[in-house]
Amino acid sequence: MSTDTVNAAGIRPLPTARRKSWPAGWMEPLRQGLIYPALGIGGLLAVWWYGGWIIANNDDLYAFADFAPGPTFAALYQMVASGAVWDPIASSLSRVGFGLLWAILIGVPLGIGIGYWAVARQITHVPFQFLRMISPLAWMPIAVLAFATWDAAIIFLIAVAAVWPITYATAHGVQKIDPLWFKVARNLGADSPQMLRRIVLPAVSQDIFAGIRLAVGVAWIVLVPAEYLGVTSGLGYAINDARDTLEYDKLAAIVLVIGMIGYLLDAVCVKLIKRTSWRQAD
Amino acid sequence: MGIERDSSKAIGEGTPFMPAFISIDYITHHYKGQSKPTLEAVEATIEAGQTVALIGRSGCGKSTLLHMLAGLLQPSEGCVRINGRQITRPSPKWNMMFQKPSLYPWMSVRENTALGLLFQGQKQLIAERVDPLLETVGLRELADTNVQRLSGGQQQRVALARSLATQPELLLLDEPFSALDAFTRTALQDQVTGIVKDKGLTMVMVTHDIEEAVAMADRVLIMSANPGRIENEMSVDLTYPRNRSAPEFVALREQLMKHFGETVELPQRNSKTEPRIKAA
Repeated sequence: MSTDTVNAAGIRPLPTARRKSWPAGWMEPLRQGLIYPALGIGGLLAVWWYGGWIIANNDDLYAFADFAPGPTFAALYQMVASGAVWDPIASSLSRVGFGLLWAILIGVPLGIGIGYWAVARQITHVPFQFLRMISPLAWMPIAVLAFATWDAAIIFLIAVAAVWPITYATAHGVQKIDPLWFKVARNLGADSPQMLRRIVLPAVSQDIFAGIRLAVGVAWIVLVPAEYLGVTSGLGYAINDARDTLEYDKLAAIVLVIGMIGYLLDAVCVKLIKRTSWRQAD
Repeated sequence: MGIERDSSKAIGEGTPFMPAFISIDYITHHYKGQSKPTLEAVEATIEAGQTVALIGRSGCGKSTLLHMLAGLLQPSEGCVRINGRQITRPSPKWNMMFQKPSLYPWMSVRENTALGLLFQGQKQLIAERVDPLLETVGLRELADTNVQRLSGGQQQRVALARSLATQPELLLLDEPFSALDAFTRTALQDQVTGIVKDKGLTMVMVTHDIEEAVAMADRVLIMSANPGRIENEMSVDLTYPRNRSAPEFVALREQLMKHFGETVELPQRNSKTEPRIKAA
């Protein structure tokens, strides 16, 4: 028996274990990438369609039948074909973009400070948790008074909503940094700007983007009610307008657009988190 | 008398390279909130090019002393001088390697190694210095690999190359091999000694491992605890590379072991308390 042979050094080689291997799992990626998402989307459409069917068959609610999938997709097609959908999207995205930009410009340095200095963390804890829990929309009257334009007021509301997740995700990332990384960098001659640029920012970049992902979600939610304010552009305005003109198919189409753009923004953030992540799975 | 910024300029191109002569002048150190000093009236001189091992029980302040040599910690009283100048802050000229390799995981092997030169604004030296150094530590092929893919021994080799890239006068080792497996540890001990002797560097290392001290050092300083003092020293007059099973080697090891009495301390891995310093 070959497994019993003993070599010159007196070391007996062990028999090689054979692992049972199943046929390559080509089904699994297909399932996860296509079939499961399709099931989810199909389920949502079914619930929507069923809701529309109930409304259409109820004498009291008949007027709202345009909320159903059929009229909604028709309205969406028309809005895309006529190009009417792009203006509100562009206005809304630019507001969210500026709001996020402010939130990042304020939140990232604030988060680094809070994460780095325990004293700063302790001083800011109560006031920041207090401010964080106030709905951004509660600032609406103040924002309208404080800012000269409606646009600026909306951007302010978005920034107020988005700044907290970015601040706290950044702070959390900084707190997790291995203290030895600072020690080694100092030993290698790093000054403060180099420490920030070469050590702190790369170390927390994925935490920053995780914070931005949360912030995008909050900002996109705050956007619509904020656009009910005096502006005459954007997706929030479009919804309000459709309601006033009783165009429920159009209203539902805009809701659909809001959801799809939100989904895409989140997907972009997930990509960015993956790209800036240095943690490798082993 | 502070140390001038020109010390960092001295690693410029073509600067004659000078190993450090260290004098430790009556260092006493108190950590805040402790009644007894961690170190008391510690005094020693270390010749240029010498390899010195600091050994002693936990809490004898050997790691604290090493942090002072690196300028990462200031003594309460007394001072450390390197080539006559008082050490008041860390510098790439006296470089410390820690128990953990502490590499930056978002960088490749080459980027980690080049970091000291980058911080010094000496980008032009990176190409010329880093690859030969990686060759020396046997990682030339892995230069573009992310450091997370490396084994513990390979990571410590990157840390070594990173410490050497700024051409230090003095290399400080704080138990850098204690987390490695026995084979890798022995190989790295010999490799580091070879490089340090080849370049004529001064080296000071802290270790729990008596065999490591005898294998690497010219001189072993034995510290006692409460308060921390250098209580004894032993010179190791063996040629490099050292044969660990040679009778003279074994005799020295036994002698050192005996010095510690019955309670020879086993290496305490991962339970080491780092000196408290601010990472500012």
